[in-house]
Amino acid sequence: MTGLAIATREDLSPRTMTRAIRHRYPRPVSVPMSDDVLVAGLRARDEDVFTHLLTNWSRSMLRLARSFVSTEASAEEVVQDTWVAVIQGIDRFEGRSSLRTWVYRILVNTARKRGVKEHRSVPWSSLSPIDDDRGPTVDPAAFRGADDQYPGGWKAFPGEWASTESSVLASEVRTTVKAALDLLPERQRIVITLRDVLGHTSDEVCEMLDISTANQRVLLHRARAAVRARLADYLADPPPSGRGVLGEVG
Amino acid sequence: MTTLTCKEIVELVTAYLEGDLDDQTTESFEEHLAVCPGCETYVEQFRITIARLGEVPLESLSDDAQTNLLDTFRNLPR
Repeated sequence: MTGLAIATREDLSPRTMTRAIRHRYPRPVSVPMSDDVLVAGLRARDEDVFTHLLTNWSRSMLRLARSFVSTEASAEEVVQDTWVAVIQGIDRFEGRSSLRTWVYRILVNTARKRGVKEHRSVPWSSLSPIDDDRGPTVDPAAFRGADDQYPGGWKAFPGEWASTESSVLASEVRTTVKAALDLLPERQRIVITLRDVLGHTSDEVCEMLDISTANQRVLLHRARAAVRARLADYLADPPPSGRGVLGEVG
Repeated sequence: MTTLTCKEIVELVTAYLEGDLDDQTTESFEEHLAVCPGCETYVEQFRITIARLGEVPLESLSDDAQTNLLDTFRNLPR
């Protein structure tokens, strides 16, 4: 057992959170309880340890569960079922991955079973990219043709975005980002949720989902491009539809 | 030195941010960005998108669910 714990958003205080976000990924501030302590606590039925885990991990788990099932109520049941499976199965945890990864793998299994029942999920194999995930992520019509002076260059540069500092816009942006996540195909939503919403590393996500680094990146890139496009609809100035000026690309 | 078009750049952004491009492609990517305001904007907007995703609010498990789980934990046989 490595004893290394993965710190995520929930291990951070709100104030440090802001700083962490500015640095793109959450970083641990105080070292959370090590996996050794957590696992020993669960095995010994230590209520303080379990309460600590419930408090610190459940919010991320709910968000992840929500990327598989269609309602908050279902997501909550997935998280509950996951915790029960974790308590029952903790003696089988061998420490080959971090406890967090092990718990999330159980959650993913639980959530997929429920998602299939709700007809939201498709069977296991399709967590890898399919043909739909592999085409261009930006409309090819945005670029100049092969016979142009600058083939493959932007016809018009992407519009600059309004600053999201103002509180009104910030709340609209939050709504837009959440709506954009809901519109993604499941496999993309799961990967971007783990990577960008919850701040896990590529290696962790590949292990949680049993996918290759390359496949993870394909799904992540496509998902990010889709969310960026939705944000552009809100923030681009002038809006994309009203743009008519050709940008020069050298 | 290979050159990359804007159309190619937009497909490499995540690989670039992950540090997964080989040295030569990384160099081409950065050289393109240095001279292309459109792609510079696109990559910056990708970074903003990632930052905003990291701010999606997380909700807590309901009190009922937490109470139930604690009960379950207490009562499960070892």
